[in-house]
Amino acid sequence: MSFSLEQSPTTGDEVITNYTINFGPQHPAAHGVLRMVMELDGEIIERIDPHVGLLHRGTEKLIEHKTYLQALPYFDRLDYCSPLGMEHSYVLAVEKLLNLGVPLRAQYLRVLFAELTRICNHMLNMGSHVMDVGAMTPNLWLFEIREDCLNFFERASGARMHSAWFRPGGVHQDVPEKLLVDIGEWIDTRLFPLFEDAMSLVVDNRIFKQRNVDIAIVSKEDALAWGFSGPMIRAAGIPWDLRKSQPYDVYDRMEFDIPVGTNSDCYDRFMVRVEEVRQSARIMKQCLAQMPQGPIASTDRKVVPPKRAEMKQSMESLIHHFKLYTEGFHVPAGEVYVATESPKGEFGVYLVSDGSNKPYRCKIRPTAFSHLQAMDFMSKGHMLPDATAILGAIDVVFGECDR
Amino acid sequence: MAVLHSAPRYASFEGVLDELTGALGDMVVASREEYGEIVINVVRERVEDALRKLRDEHQFQQLMDIAGADYPTRLDRFDVVYCLLSVTRNLRLIVKTTTDEATPVPTVTTLWPNAGWYEREVYDMYGVLFAGNTDLRRILTDYGFEGHPFRKDFPLTGYVELRYSEEDKRVVYEPVELAQDLRQFDFMSPWEGADYVLPGDEKAVPPPPAPAPVATAPVTRGPAEADKPKTTDTPAQTGAGDKANAEAAKDGEGKDGGKAPEAPAPTESRPDADKGGKA
Repeated sequence: MSFSLEQSPTTGDEVITNYTINFGPQHPAAHGVLRMVMELDGEIIERIDPHVGLLHRGTEKLIEHKTYLQALPYFDRLDYCSPLGMEHSYVLAVEKLLNLGVPLRAQYLRVLFAELTRICNHMLNMGSHVMDVGAMTPNLWLFEIREDCLNFFERASGARMHSAWFRPGGVHQDVPEKLLVDIGEWIDTRLFPLFEDAMSLVVDNRIFKQRNVDIAIVSKEDALAWGFSGPMIRAAGIPWDLRKSQPYDVYDRMEFDIPVGTNSDCYDRFMVRVEEVRQSARIMKQCLAQMPQGPIASTDRKVVPPKRAEMKQSMESLIHHFKLYTEGFHVPAGEVYVATESPKGEFGVYLVSDGSNKPYRCKIRPTAFSHLQAMDFMSKGHMLPDATAILGAIDVVFGECDR
Repeated sequence: MAVLHSAPRYASFEGVLDELTGALGDMVVASREEYGEIVINVVRERVEDALRKLRDEHQFQQLMDIAGADYPTRLDRFDVVYCLLSVTRNLRLIVKTTTDEATPVPTVTTLWPNAGWYEREVYDMYGVLFAGNTDLRRILTDYGFEGHPFRKDFPLTGYVELRYSEEDKRVVYEPVELAQDLRQFDFMSPWEGADYVLPGDEKAVPPPPAPAPVATAPVTRGPAEADKPKTTDTPAQTGAGDKANAEAAKDGEGKDGGKAPEAPAPTESRPDADKGGKA
């Protein structure tokens, strides 16, 4: 009777080589059209080469051929999950070049809806992040909140997503009083119950923690060096929020806290967003309480077109209206870089004017460019399924990344 | 000038410009503070040194963006614009340099790892080269794209369009064919002395100077003689077709003897004129 020891299938002369796979461009966890060429050693990620640009539409070039007002709707279509956040940077950049004052009510309205946009964006991101790591229910609940937000956008601007509601000099039209009342009620009766319900399923969930805690830890130094911003830099423990440190509109009148992470992993990024939703609701309530009556756009008729009723009475208004919607307004020659705290991080607009009615150059600083670039070093040494968690925690939208 | 706008407010710029230009010394070509931005132009060859100094000695820790810009009339036609941020001093800074198609700019990937993609983007869009960037591939345009689309001499419509070909069972590239001309409106006021001929004015002046041929204009559909004035001198030119022409000729000598139907006689007074109208 003879027996032999069972031999390991890999001992011997075989050489196991790394292999390369394509993650995307069509992958449900890629959050759009992202192609990542991954080099794997077994299931361990050795290297990631993200290929972006599959959604490149040449927005910046198109903007160079449009007047300042015509260029505005392109910003809705960058980060289509948080359209008003994109518009905010652009209108502030134009106003900075024009040195144009904005009435107080318009500033409050902008801040109110920028925060509503933040909630709307975080609902989508957190929902899909949770779904990427395996849970279905919270996503559906969060989408209810998102649907409410979109209804509010529709009631304010007429469009659910592509609002084009922020305009240089203010906002396009005033909101009905009932809408402000409804938003106030909604925060208490809809947002918090739904949101806290959904979060109670996630934040202490064992599976969710196993998939996110200690994944993609980034040190403070790395976060600074890689140009992180928004929840990504705050999760790394740096309390950097442009709303606080470089306040625009009426953010300096708002009281809110900046959540920071302690461990700088995917779980912290998620939790920073969770807390941001609560803080956003806090800001919105302050806006509703403090918002004064008054005009909703600058009365500088060389930039802001007059209302229709005014146009029917005054020849001068008619001329202004005609000139502004054909030729548009001229912006003094110069250059500015204006960045705001969009829901995803620092969204900047580098605007160069040559004194004409069209931007000479409009460089858009997307948030995702820096974050996605760090995908390689964040994923190194993690397992393949962790890539989806890391990607979910980055909060990447390709309309904005590829422009 | 008083600040009226509500754009982001940074820490005070008081003395910052002098401090930075003093520290950078002969690397600075020009500097200014305008529209609430500090803009410093530096010598191209020493961009990396200047930015290293700003990062290490003046606390500009973050590189937020690198933008390109094209000024075709200049000798060094491209601007490369670095947007820096200091999170400790709460300041922003724009550092600029210039270059042309052939001269590379020193890379700053040695200072900030995220400069890699930004430089790739500027290379992709403008064709600016970065010396020392080991991974200067295209980033946003299509695989196998040719040209640099954000240059001012690159047409907005591009040169090729693609579609899925049912015969070839793959995506094919074809020259751009526009159904109508790209509409570019000129809003320059004629009262301010336009340097071009207004449409219609060319009929008054005997031979207008031929416009410079636009080499890069995309192909448009339609006959080549589109700018020849169209006249209708003979029935054959109406475009109605032989059959219709014959019919029209028959009609003319037929029933009414070529007389056009008369318009009804004007009424003496409008029926509601004396009722005060509708105002």
